[in-house]
Amino acid sequence: MLLGVVGRDDPIGIHGALIFAAGILTIFLIGKDYYAPEPSDERFASYYDDPTKAGIVLAMIWVVFGLAVGDWVAWQLVNPNLTFGGGWSSFGRIRPVHTTAVIFGFGGNGLIATSLYVLQRTSRARLPDQLSPWFVLLGYNLFCVLAVTGYPMGITQSKEYAETEWYADIWLVVVWVVYFLIYLRTLARRKEPHIYVANWYFMAFILVVAMLHIVNNLAVPVSIGHAKSYTLFSGVQDAMIQWWYGHNAVAFFLTAGFLGMMYYFLPVRAGRPIFSYRMSIISFWGITFLYMWAGSHHLHFTALPHWVQTLGMTFSLMLLVPSWASAGNALLTLNGAWAKVRDDATLRFMMVAAVFYGLTTFEGSFMAIRAVNALSHYTDWTVGHVHAGALGWVAMITFGSIYAVVPWVWKRKSMYSAGLVEAHFWLSIAGALVYVFAMWNSGIIQGLMWRTYSEDGTLTYSFVDSLIAMHPYYVARAIGGLLFLIGGCIGAYNIWMTIKLPNPISEATADQPEPKAIGASPQPAE
Amino acid sequence: MAVDQQERDSYTGYLTTGHEWNGIKELNTPVPRAVYFFLALSVLFSVVYWILMPAWPLGVTYTKGLLGVDQRTTVAATLNEAAIDRSVWTRRIETEGFAAIQSDPKLMEIVRNAGRTLFGDNCAACHGHDAKGGPAYPNLTTSSWLWGGKPEDIFNTIRVGINSAHKDTRVSQMPAFGRDQMLPRADVMKVASFVYSLTHPDATTIDPKVDPKIDPKTIEAGKEIFAANCVSCHGDDAKGNPELGAPDLTDKSWIYGGSLEAIDTSIWGGRQGQMPSWEGRLSELDRKILTLYLLDKRTVTP
Repeated sequence: MLLGVVGRDDPIGIHGALIFAAGILTIFLIGKDYYAPEPSDERFASYYDDPTKAGIVLAMIWVVFGLAVGDWVAWQLVNPNLTFGGGWSSFGRIRPVHTTAVIFGFGGNGLIATSLYVLQRTSRARLPDQLSPWFVLLGYNLFCVLAVTGYPMGITQSKEYAETEWYADIWLVVVWVVYFLIYLRTLARRKEPHIYVANWYFMAFILVVAMLHIVNNLAVPVSIGHAKSYTLFSGVQDAMIQWWYGHNAVAFFLTAGFLGMMYYFLPVRAGRPIFSYRMSIISFWGITFLYMWAGSHHLHFTALPHWVQTLGMTFSLMLLVPSWASAGNALLTLNGAWAKVRDDATLRFMMVAAVFYGLTTFEGSFMAIRAVNALSHYTDWTVGHVHAGALGWVAMITFGSIYAVVPWVWKRKSMYSAGLVEAHFWLSIAGALVYVFAMWNSGIIQGLMWRTYSEDGTLTYSFVDSLIAMHPYYVARAIGGLLFLIGGCIGAYNIWMTIKLPNPISEATADQPEPKAIGASPQPAE
Repeated sequence: MAVDQQERDSYTGYLTTGHEWNGIKELNTPVPRAVYFFLALSVLFSVVYWILMPAWPLGVTYTKGLLGVDQRTTVAATLNEAAIDRSVWTRRIETEGFAAIQSDPKLMEIVRNAGRTLFGDNCAACHGHDAKGGPAYPNLTTSSWLWGGKPEDIFNTIRVGINSAHKDTRVSQMPAFGRDQMLPRADVMKVASFVYSLTHPDATTIDPKVDPKIDPKTIEAGKEIFAANCVSCHGDDAKGNPELGAPDLTDKSWIYGGSLEAIDTSIWGGRQGQMPSWEGRLSELDRKILTLYLLDKRTVTP
């Protein structure tokens, strides 16, 4: 983990120093254990959860940071003076900091942490070694830090959700390949005859994200000592590649990965078997096959040839069925455990996430229809749609899973405070609903104002007129975001207090690759 | 280990698949018919849609679809239709003179509506949505026009811009008398005092606590320097020259501010404002509507 890119003039120099410092730090950390005795084979008798713990803590740090920046951006839209005059703090630079911090910082760390946990449990095998999971986790976080420190300095290749420049991109490829290898090596050593559904999704997530990331970031750097690069594609091809990437980032990062999370934590927390194995198969292959084609619906009514738009729209429509089958499979799994949903905010997080997943996928397919898109495109409706998915589905399933897994990995009886989980739940759902309703209203009003003609065939409203009409909704959105942020802070505090709780319970005998007592694992409810 | 041992779930009555992962089991529930139904429906819809619309690539071409729809021809047809609908009044604006249009209240009603959005989307960023301008951007609702306030003048200014990239652009520059050492520092201040006094006749008598009190001798000296350096553009009477874009210094309109300090700054550092040419961006019709809109604004606003 040593990339000595130092001594560059250019903003890249700051990043070079950052990477160099991280490299030195790692050498010391590894070197410290150089004389430690060879680890005994006993370690194979337990799971390796330290990277998971670190990943959860990092995810919570990122979410508080990312939501705070997001809310700041939201208030900037209410009052543009909130940039405080700095170039670095302008909307165009801060917004990618927000998206990267929440999607990659929070979502990514949550996925890495939970996937390593789930992988070991469902394979009944310890991770293949001690070093590579740390390399993946810390290397990935280094990537995120490079990203969010680069944007305020103006380092960006201007591709939405792929703004990082070439050197950070290359670094992520290395990290990601190691992540995939951990998965393959652990699965190869599994003691279960079958690979569990959650792992299908996690594998799809890792594999496809690697593919998307590499293709979309093919670019030629200006020089080896310069941060700027130029993409290999141009014009409408570039736009198509970008949205093939962009939509599949939603599909495989924000959907497949979190479906993997849901397929483990929801049934375990509910104590119920998955409703239908067969539906899992249909959903999985439906989602992985159909999503690949849908990206062009981001480019309706553009220079993209009409036939590509047709394919994007129709595949988006077909995609609805497997998506709903997934959401339905999750909700039907809760049959027989609805009493728990009522009493347990952690499970309720996951239930609401599945509902939001269903709503958002319906909305997405709907918005992919050309006639609807003519109204919704370029408006706040899209922003609302994304946040219904991001706040309602991604964040809720992650918070639910984290609340489930924290007591397990830190060997605590339960979370520090069930009341705070409850508070977090209601703040999150209130924040998400306020946000989404504000953006629906504002988006549809915007779309209608832009297309309203007077009797004489002239536009009735100027663009500024529509901005003035947006103002109250922007205030509402920022308040919704603030509620969600407060919830996130409460969650971080609760998790921190849980970690600090005294008296860890003794090793659960069932939570080992070779449980001594068969079937001591969580029992299905009556 | 209980591998592949199917059990019956007591709640739903379905069998499990027999696998178990860390306590998770799966039911072997058949896929609900509705899922197959809607999957078939969505595929059927897509296939029909593919047959009707341009859809699948075939090497260098693609299936055109039975309806023969293409977004490019669709949008061209829509634009054409809209143009025909609007031609009832657009032709009149295009062909008739400014005065004739201005005397037709019905036509002016259209101009006010269309002009408002055109101005809001194109001009308001600099001149403000009320066209009253701001620091460094002229107020367009007064009778004070840098390049002339006649309809033809305004129309032409919008077309070519000021100090723009257009080949016929209006060009003007106020030299930086101070910075480029055309006048000593003290003289700049004297001219500024004189110019200030044109719009502030009481500058010599006013209470010094409220405003800078200026020595009449300074103004007199400034007047001489003005006559030697400034009259070629601003005129003997300082009323400016629309041929050169030189502003009238005796009226109440100031683009860069009318305080003594602001006038001093303008003389010291010079001014060269810019306005883009709109010929390449707005049609002649749109530019004519904007001209009429501004003329109308000037007469409506006191």
